[in-house]
Amino acid sequence: MDSKGVQLINEETKNIDRMVEETVRRYGRSRKALIPILQSIQAKLGYLPRYSLESVSSHLGIPLSNVYGVVTFYHQFILEPPGTYIIQMCMGTACYIRRNSENYRFLLSLLEIEPNSRTSKDGIFTVLRVRCLGCCSIAPVIKVGDEVYSRVNLDEMRRIVSFYRAKARTGSSKHA
Amino acid sequence: MGANQWSLMDKCCDLCRHSSETPCRSYITCAVEGPLCHDNIECREKRRFRISEIKNGRNGLKISIGMGSCGLAVGARGVYDATLRELERRGLEASVIPVGCIGLCYMEPLLEIHKDGLPTAIYGRVEPRSVGEILDTYLEGDVSGASALRNRVGTAKGELEVPLLDEIDFLRYQVRWVTRNCGIANPESIEDYIVYDGYRGLVRALESKPEDVIEIVRKAGLRGRGGAGFPTWLKWSICRRAEGLPKYVVCNADEGDPGAFMNRMLAEADPHRVLEGLIIAAYAIGASYGYIFVRAEKPLMADRLERAAEDARRYGILGHNILDSEFSFDVEVIRSAGAFVCGEETAMLAAIEGGRAMPRQRPPYPATHGLFGKPTVINNVETLAHVATIMSDGWEKFASYGTGGSKGTKVFCITGSAARTGAVEVPIGITVRELIFKVAGGVREGRRFKAVQIGGPSGGCLPENMLDLPMDYESLTSAGAIMGSGGLIVIDDRNCIVDIARFFTSFTMAESCGKCIPCRVGSKILYDTLTRIIEGGGSEDDLRILEEVGTFMKNASLCALGQTAPNPILSTLRYFRDEYEAHIKMKECPAKVCSKLVSYAIEGGLCVGCGLCAKQCPVQAITKSGERLYHIDASRCIRCGQCIIVCPRNAISRR
Ligand SMILES: Cc1cc2nc3c(=O)[nH]c(=O)nc-3n(C[C@H](O)[C@H](O)[C@H](O)COP(=O)(O)O)c2cc1C
Ligand code: FES
Repeated sequence: MDSKGVQLINEETKNIDRMVEETVRRYGRSRKALIPILQSIQAKLGYLPRYSLESVSSHLGIPLSNVYGVVTFYHQFILEPPGTYIIQMCMGTACYIRRNSENYRFLLSLLEIEPNSRTSKDGIFTVLRVRCLGCCSIAPVIKVGDEVYSRVNLDEMRRIVSFYRAKARTGSSKHA
Repeated sequence: MGANQWSLMDKCCDLCRHSSETPCRSYITCAVEGPLCHDNIECREKRRFRISEIKNGRNGLKISIGMGSCGLAVGARGVYDATLRELERRGLEASVIPVGCIGLCYMEPLLEIHKDGLPTAIYGRVEPRSVGEILDTYLEGDVSGASALRNRVGTAKGELEVPLLDEIDFLRYQVRWVTRNCGIANPESIEDYIVYDGYRGLVRALESKPEDVIEIVRKAGLRGRGGAGFPTWLKWSICRRAEGLPKYVVCNADEGDPGAFMNRMLAEADPHRVLEGLIIAAYAIGASYGYIFVRAEKPLMADRLERAAEDARRYGILGHNILDSEFSFDVEVIRSAGAFVCGEETAMLAAIEGGRAMPRQRPPYPATHGLFGKPTVINNVETLAHVATIMSDGWEKFASYGTGGSKGTKVFCITGSAARTGAVEVPIGITVRELIFKVAGGVREGRRFKAVQIGGPSGGCLPENMLDLPMDYESLTSAGAIMGSGGLIVIDDRNCIVDIARFFTSFTMAESCGKCIPCRVGSKILYDTLTRIIEGGGSEDDLRILEEVGTFMKNASLCALGQTAPNPILSTLRYFRDEYEAHIKMKECPAKVCSKLVSYAIEGGLCVGCGLCAKQCPVQAITKSGERLYHIDASRCIRCGQCIIVCPRNAISRR
């Protein structure tokens, strides 16, 4: 690695340290604050880079293995950078009965997502499966960013994907 | 509404001394009926005028738009914006209120208009571009296009052609007790809540001794609405008597059961009622701090509850010396990081403490050893909303609904293949058949009823001949289902029961926390066995494995997640055994769902080679194989059924 690369990485870790410090100050240096702190960091960075876990561990005095244990237990935490848009596919019962698993399979093929990945190759979409978004009466539903789409079918999925694809290409807004 | 507008929560004049630092006992009553401490016509008029403005709208014109999560998902925001635009274009001044969901999900987006002198009309499935026309015709006194009316005045055009809201089937059987404000009051306004009789239960509680509050809840016969149906008063009473300070109350707003959204609906539409119930619970057991634990996937619910707590705090209804009662209590909203098992009470406590949400052995129960080892009461959102309503309206009224052992009303969510989907509040004891066929209108067009799944991943499936069962805790449990949180998912003949049993098992397998072996390993064995059956490799022996492992999990798992996980399988084995047997013996899926057992094929004789199916196919599994013939590649086909829908010749079939 050239010296410039190392510097950049140092810069990044410093930024993360600063942010973690600030977050810890806000939530307090206690075990109870661990999850809100991780949530706040993920809200800022979009995911939890490994270094942020190390930093939280040392700031709170909680072993890294322990922090990692918490992070991997809950569905909300993401350890790899997600795509520009996060698509949440509801895999709750009401949505399943209304064929959302077919929509899901279709979406994976439409976005050409590899079997062991969740993000499309172009980096635009990350597809997550969630258990019920609480809109079961208008199933099947999917959520893109903060927007919920109801009664979706294959045509609708096609339309949604091309809408966000175009939006990502024109680079209008990162998080819809 | 301008931000600086005077509100009922504010002082009417300098004589009023209420603030969060110098609280006044009569504040709530005074705000609506006051002023009480002094006599001044101007102050009184100011309050009366404001109350009428909240109830009937500015200039007697009020438009409410259902903007709960589901309303927003079907475009309520656009309707709201269009309403503001159309009013402005016409130079009309009115109140435009975002309200919560009244449960009529199948009719959303909903728009309700009230104008003094006209019947209050509700319009369903409104599109932004039709708002202008709705406004014009309504204001001309023509309500013929409305879906329902709240009242009649006798002079509006078309009035008699439109049913009253209470007369439509979806509402006719309902008793709106905890859901009374849903769709009526502005959930973001504490002022609205007080105008619609809010916080009266709290006032009554603070005027009574804590023991008497517990006694009222006992007489009401309230049982927990979170699933287990434990008597609320008993939990409180044990916690009140338990040693150790501080004590805590926790509102379980984790609502993780897919298909159930009554907690979301209540908390989004009427958050102050939930908060009021929580403050009353805290007073009854002597807790000084509380947490509201909200599911990550339901962020609007967290926002609304947070806002409600902030407002209550600002006006001295939460915090130090609440309404000069010498009782102090505060709450914090916690957003879950997401895991189904967090809904289990001991797992939730572990999550609040900052760890992995793993349940622990009970006893000791949280009522004596809970959060940070202190006595803690955990109650569900709907339970707490009932507490507030019981305290304000009296236990007698609540206890007059329901059955011997299960008092009051319950909110049920009806989804899946029901003709009308949504949330309904009915007296406990209504039969399953009434709920599905009368309230929800039966099964969607052209489908046949097959089963209803009640109680989520811990519940069971009931067939047609069990539908006359009353919906109460005991009857459902004896039939192999459970009341659970109250989700009913209607399953039609196009669904395969074995596939659905596997769906639930995949759910519990994924959500098992992994702490105890019966649940962790048992759910995997069940899943693998079902997969074998679904893929055509099942044997008679597999049914025995399902029953044995299921029964073992029931008896040996640490928490109710594992103890109830086999219910979907055991109940379907009981009522739909023939379907399992068809998969095993005939290698056939009667509903033509299990993809390894069905294939799609194009009948050579019927196909005219139009190619519509190939165009429609999302995975390019259909290719031209002859002059007037197409062929489906079974290895690519995802069995989505789109080709069947588009084929003009009915040449494609499932086999
Ligand atoms: C796996 C599992 C999930 C649960 N999920 C919820 C839930 O989402 N909401 C809820 O109120 N109770 C849930 N419960 C029940 C709680 O443990 C607890 O009984 C309930 O919150 C008590 O409140 P109540 O007495 O007011 O019903 C769950 C239980 C288990 C075992
Ligand atoms: S099951 Fe999909 S939103 Fe509830």
